[in-house]
Amino acid sequence: MNTSSAVSSNITTDNEAPIATPSAFGEFWYFFSRNRGAVIGLAIVVTFTLIGLAAPWIAPYDPSLIHDNALVLPPFWSEGSHPNFWLGTDDVGRDLLSRLIYGARVSMIVGFMVVVVSLSIGTLLGLIAGYVGGWVDTIVMRAVDILMSLPSILLAIVVVTVLGQNLMNAILAVSVTVIPGFVRLVRAQVMVEKNKQYVVASRSFGAGSLRQIFINILPNCMAPVIVQGTLGFSDGILNVAALGFLGLGAQPPTAEWGTMLSDARSFIESAPWLVTLPGLCILILVLGFNLLGDGLRDALDPRLKK
Amino acid sequence: MLKVENLNVSFETRRGIVNVIENLNFTVEPGRTLGIVGESGSGKSVTSLAIMGLLPPNARVTSGRILLGDKDLLRASESEMQEIRGGRLAMIFQDPMTSLNPSFTVGFQLEEAMRVHGVKGNLRERAIEMLKLVGIPDPALRLSSYPHQLSGGMSQRVMIAMAIACSPEFLIADEPTTALDVTIQAQILALLKKVQKERNMGLILITHDIGVVAQMADDILVMYAGHAMEMGPKEEVIHRPRHPYTKALLASLPASHAQSGFRTRLPTISGLVPDLLNRPTGCQLHPRCEYANENCKAQMPSIHHVGGSLVKCHRPLEPAGGHA
Repeated sequence: MNTSSAVSSNITTDNEAPIATPSAFGEFWYFFSRNRGAVIGLAIVVTFTLIGLAAPWIAPYDPSLIHDNALVLPPFWSEGSHPNFWLGTDDVGRDLLSRLIYGARVSMIVGFMVVVVSLSIGTLLGLIAGYVGGWVDTIVMRAVDILMSLPSILLAIVVVTVLGQNLMNAILAVSVTVIPGFVRLVRAQVMVEKNKQYVVASRSFGAGSLRQIFINILPNCMAPVIVQGTLGFSDGILNVAALGFLGLGAQPPTAEWGTMLSDARSFIESAPWLVTLPGLCILILVLGFNLLGDGLRDALDPRLKK
Repeated sequence: MLKVENLNVSFETRRGIVNVIENLNFTVEPGRTLGIVGESGSGKSVTSLAIMGLLPPNARVTSGRILLGDKDLLRASESEMQEIRGGRLAMIFQDPMTSLNPSFTVGFQLEEAMRVHGVKGNLRERAIEMLKLVGIPDPALRLSSYPHQLSGGMSQRVMIAMAIACSPEFLIADEPTTALDVTIQAQILALLKKVQKERNMGLILITHDIGVVAQMADDILVMYAGHAMEMGPKEEVIHRPRHPYTKALLASLPASHAQSGFRTRLPTISGLVPDLLNRPTGCQLHPRCEYANENCKAQMPSIHHVGGSLVKCHRPLEPAGGHA
């Protein structure tokens, strides 16, 4: 008797109890955590973020502090290293480990600012171009085409030369070169979303254009933007480091990895660790962001699942 | 009162300008249901979008008036239309599963629909009330559901709740049950009927299923190729169809066919809906009409009273099935 009543209560159509679907984050984490590269990427990014945040507490010395009696000391695994300077010192006697730790802070800030600036401007332009269409779209997209037709590092060099050489301007310059990717991505996404039924339905309930753009369309465009944003981090870090290497970004004595590379390049034979270690830091952090970005894309894009 | 007067809508396409709706007239009174029936491409949905002011950018209303009370919607500004949409006029769509924003909860969207129209007070409370009204169990819990967690029938109930949240005077339901299976279809139609009665709303029910219209409507408008073919009270149109097209539609219903025994083929209407770019001369139906004569090919019939209905036909049928 019991079983039959249980069965019949299960059959009541349309009124079924809430289905136990996992939360959106739970589902995302399930796919993300099965991707080993993505997890490694996340670990790298988290590690560097923590190092950057905790720099004043974990760095043994001030990054600009000059130790007169300890010039060009090798790292701990080499002959002649000093126990007080684990990774050695540079040509003017600054502790390399402290400089690398502070460099992580600079690079994370640089990446973050590049992404914030380019993502917000790019997303806004993409939303407008995609939603309004017509001549507005044409103007925005031709401008984007022009930006994209120039090599990004060249464009960044031009911007820095015009604005002046410092870290802030390098960040702005690199942001400009990253914007076109966001504009194109968001515009394409908006053009798909704006014709969907729920957008028309929402208009039929009286929603205006602003509500339409920011409440209906934008949240549904975010998945690819998040992925592109993560990859934008690595673009930003790499390009600002490149500008630093060319002497157009962070100015000495700022502990910035690209600038450190540039300063140390004349010692590449006598003190190879001075070039290798900042280079490795750039490589690992950029690799981490790229792995993370790929992992996010795989986890957020339903077409790539399974 | 919602009154469509002499409506003409055309679309600009790559092949030229297509007149999708020609000289359409009808009226819906508050508390009554007008069923609009027709094949795909007969202009039913375009009519509803024209009323809502939601025609796609390549469509143009070339002439006519759409009167809501004494306000002409075709001459209203966009901000006036935003007030009217969802406020005095609301619409529900064919595919409920794609009509809700996948990124937000049902509760947020329901409250949003009210917030747009400046409803004050405890919106959550009102949202729960609305969900209860449309027969959703556990409404407080359902507010935090996402659209993908709802079944089709449930989504359509939510859509109905959103549509009636601001007590519109008229509700347009564009094939509200086409995407749902048959048992749910009956529930949704019953729900529509219930809320319409309770709130004395005017309902425009658009469907290709004349069976649904026979069950729901007070008045029926039969459309073909953007023209009104026959319009009248339900009893007249269903039981005494005057237009050969209405009669053919009724004959192709499986239910009416069942009465004549299952052994014969289900009658169909031969031929295709005309290409609107190259409309036939005279009566739009003549290539497919078994009663068509030379006059039908040459001259467009005018719409005129026959019995209790308005009919656009040179040779309207006698109730018995013969000719006048």
